[in-house]
Amino acid sequence: MSFLPKPKLHHPKLPVNALGYTRRDYEGAISTLCAGCGHDSISAAIIQACFELDIEPHRVAKMSGIGCSSKTPDYFLGASHGFNSVHGRMPSVLTGANLANRDLIYLGVSGDGDSASIGFGQFAHSIRRAVNMTYIVENNGVYGLTKGQFSATSDKGSKAKKGVVNTDEAIDLIGIALQLGATYVGRSFSGDKDQLVPLIKGALRHNGPAFIDCISPCVAFNNHEGSTKSYDFVREHNEAMNFLDVILGREAITTEYAPGEVRDVVQHDGSVLRLRKLHDEYDPTDRVGAMHHLHERKAAGEIVTGLLYIDPDPQDLHENLATVATPLNRLDDAALVPGRKALEKLNASLR
Amino acid sequence: MSGTVTSGPMASGAVTATNDFVVKFANVNGSGSASANQLFAKSILRMGIPIASRNIFPSNIQGLPTWFEVRVSGAGHLGRRGGVDLMVAMNPQTWDRDIAEIDPGGYLLYDSTRPMPNSRFREDINVIGIPLTQMCNAAYTEARQRQLLKNIMYVGALSALLQIEPAVIETLLSEQYKGKEKLAKPNHDAFMMGREWALANLQCPIGLTLERADKVGERIYVDGNSAAGLGAVYGGATVCAWYPITPSTSLAEGFERYARRFRTDAETGKKRYAIVQAEDELASIGMVIGAAWNGARAFTATSGPGISLMQEFVGLSYFAEIPSVIFDVQRAGPSTGMPTRTQQSDVLAAAYASHGDTKHIVLFPEDPHECFTFGADAFDLADRLQQPVFVLLDLDIGMNDWLCEPFDWDDARQMDRGKVMTEAELESGKTFGRYLDVDGDGIPYRTYPGTHPSKGAFFTRGTSRDRFAKYTEVGAAYVDNMQRLLKKFETAKSLVPRPVERPASQPTRTGVLYYGSSSAAMKEALAALEAEGIHLDAMRIRAFPFHDDVMEFIARHDKVFIVEQNRDAQLRTLVMNEGGIAPARLVPVLHYDGTPITARFIHAAIAEKLPSLNVLPFAGAAAE
Ligand SMILES: Cc1ncc(C[n+]2csc(CCOP(=O)(O)OP(=O)(O)O)c2C)c(N)n1
Ligand code: SF4
Ligand SMILES: [Mg+2]
Repeated sequence: MSFLPKPKLHHPKLPVNALGYTRRDYEGAISTLCAGCGHDSISAAIIQACFELDIEPHRVAKMSGIGCSSKTPDYFLGASHGFNSVHGRMPSVLTGANLANRDLIYLGVSGDGDSASIGFGQFAHSIRRAVNMTYIVENNGVYGLTKGQFSATSDKGSKAKKGVVNTDEAIDLIGIALQLGATYVGRSFSGDKDQLVPLIKGALRHNGPAFIDCISPCVAFNNHEGSTKSYDFVREHNEAMNFLDVILGREAITTEYAPGEVRDVVQHDGSVLRLRKLHDEYDPTDRVGAMHHLHERKAAGEIVTGLLYIDPDPQDLHENLATVATPLNRLDDAALVPGRKALEKLNASLR
Repeated sequence: MSGTVTSGPMASGAVTATNDFVVKFANVNGSGSASANQLFAKSILRMGIPIASRNIFPSNIQGLPTWFEVRVSGAGHLGRRGGVDLMVAMNPQTWDRDIAEIDPGGYLLYDSTRPMPNSRFREDINVIGIPLTQMCNAAYTEARQRQLLKNIMYVGALSALLQIEPAVIETLLSEQYKGKEKLAKPNHDAFMMGREWALANLQCPIGLTLERADKVGERIYVDGNSAAGLGAVYGGATVCAWYPITPSTSLAEGFERYARRFRTDAETGKKRYAIVQAEDELASIGMVIGAAWNGARAFTATSGPGISLMQEFVGLSYFAEIPSVIFDVQRAGPSTGMPTRTQQSDVLAAAYASHGDTKHIVLFPEDPHECFTFGADAFDLADRLQQPVFVLLDLDIGMNDWLCEPFDWDDARQMDRGKVMTEAELESGKTFGRYLDVDGDGIPYRTYPGTHPSKGAFFTRGTSRDRFAKYTEVGAAYVDNMQRLLKKFETAKSLVPRPVERPASQPTRTGVLYYGSSSAAMKEALAALEAEGIHLDAMRIRAFPFHDDVMEFIARHDKVFIVEQNRDAQLRTLVMNEGGIAPARLVPVLHYDGTPITARFIHAAIAEKLPSLNVLPFAGAAAE
């Protein structure tokens, strides 16, 4: 394996964003994943989303656990600090990082093994603790890195490459995230860039726990006939609820829609989530309705995708803890150390 | 019952002592005895007489036996002495063992409301019966009041029996109930009721008496967990992530209490700290590492079982070189062991925590004063050395109030954030390699996320990386990194607290090493041994890695005792392993029944082992 740095020469005609960055400036090291791995498409979508949102790459902290999926933060946003932590524990590391500096954007990337098995508890608790983050699970229904064992999101009845049928019930992380109070919940498919990129953009602009379950086929171990996480199976059973456009304040809104076709949700930071509805009855601001719909469609054998739930005005961990506006990692001695006088007073009370 | 002093004269052979005895209270958990016992203890301190007090309690909220032991020591001995001179036996469940524990000639104070057969007493002790329940039932109607004030009533009786100045109690009660005068009155009345009954019905004082002295000085009386929590506030910790476990819970609570007091913005009410009660210890340490990676000072507080759960992350903190501070308040055994008993049994688990080749900084405070200073220093050390720092307390120091030197702080002191490259330094073109040993001390520079738009970002992972944090699995790069980590550990030796030596009054070829909460009992044992002509040079180890002084000390002596509160002589193993010391040179003295080590125990163990060691503790008497 060679590690030649990618040349960062910019083609003069490459499009630039409002910060003057090209898409290239959001790339990372060359991926070492299998050709065709769904995870690489998600990395590309993250790059595209950050480019389009004019995010300063160094204002993003990328965190992950262990797995093929968790390797990917090395392959995007090369100018951001990244942390490939331990298996299943990305959520706690991200929570700590977020506590230290509330001003950065936190992007957690994980796998289905990482989040639904060994890290199921940490996944759940980071959501219920309302950490302001974008949490993406690159869900392939297997342990890729350890070569193809079933994971906890593998559907009951799904077949492994060698023919073994999974007899255990699958964990649907979307259902759990909804129940535990995630305030932005979406599902997508690595093969559907048009749906995925805006979904990630909306999550990055969300001020609370945003969770995206992204089905991401593993070409090496789970893309065969009989698998419910293969490209073919997901394409056939994908039932999109809506399509999303993320509109930042300054962008002119040009496209015209017939009444009833779109719904605008204004997020706390002013960004507008424009939802092109594909199902008339679906209301993405109704948590209970979303849970009901999810279960109903699942029973019918469909994989519902899109922005499934949004609370445009969420409250995050820092608000709950009532921490100061200044990031904790920037507080100096004067702000933190009470000093000698206070200690003398305290001593006096202990005699 | 020849020894009954309810009426009639004191039994012959009764213990007599002034400012030097042990009082033990046997109570029922949840009966409200704690505050009365505290009142008793504090009143002696206010009379200028040193005390050492210890709670001996079960893992239970209500109903099981609990004891509170107060050692009064005008000479200032703060370890447990062993033995009991006066037993205040308020728990029928433990009556027999409580009676058995009294030293011959000692005293028993009990509630004589219900008559007891003679067979339940001992002939060789002095029995003091007070009808406490009867008096309470007569004075109060409410059940809870009857129960709570009975405790204050026995304190009143003790004030007469031992000559506690009533004015001191008055002051303490009015301090305690400041602003709650409604509560002060019944407490005051109960105290006086007990006192007056004793004066009228008992021979006062008994052979044990208190006499005002001036031996306490400026010292304070505080528990180690509160002190360590306060140390974390002064050390600049802003993130605390923890999971409740006895005996460490009150450390996190102490941090909370002091942080709320000192770090709440007066105008906005916002906090300059964050505390998260995590879902388990894995998450606690994960949050600490995440926060420290991102430039905050962060810590967790736990005990042995939590340390076990944190192992994988501790390794990450070591290899990825992320500061972390872990307070371990040690207890005996596993989760279903003796959670409310003390031990020093996590020494090896901390020093070599995790998989792979790892070694960590470990600090051993001897009392709450050092819990405070080491608690603050730990954050400077962690930032400077970019690795885990354990502060090893134990239940004895952590959960008991100790008399110790007052807390001290130098206002000129600044947090040492270690080697952190700033935006300006990056901008000026300084080379940044996350794992580059620029200064030759093994410590690399780091950057905080978000520092600079195009420079200084790096990808954090375990060990598979080169000096510039680029991914590699090349063996030579791994070895290069591991060697630098060793060099860093060498650097640590000069930064951690130095050992404290206490030379014998005569030259000797025998030494003793000890650490942590054994300190007080050790000092007393050394004095007793010296009185018998047994001279030992002593050294208190305060940190791992061991300072060179420790190995020199061992080299200077033929035999060195190592006093510890665990079964397997864990510090001895560490000393042998790190210093290449022959096992025969190091003689273990081990106390591990879950109770704090006593001077009597150390004294007896050393005196007994010495003859067989073929060394004389005297000048020039090398073994040969
Ligand atoms: C504590 C621990 N146990 C086991 C492993 C081995 N391991 C590495 S990756 C992995 C599974 C990853 O699966 P997933 O999160 O689904 O990621 P994928 O490779 O499928 O993207 C396991 C079990 C480990 N690294 N650490
Ligand atoms: S093993 Fe599967 S998940 Fe891993 S890189 Fe290959 S295709 Fe992707
Ligand atoms: Mg997987």
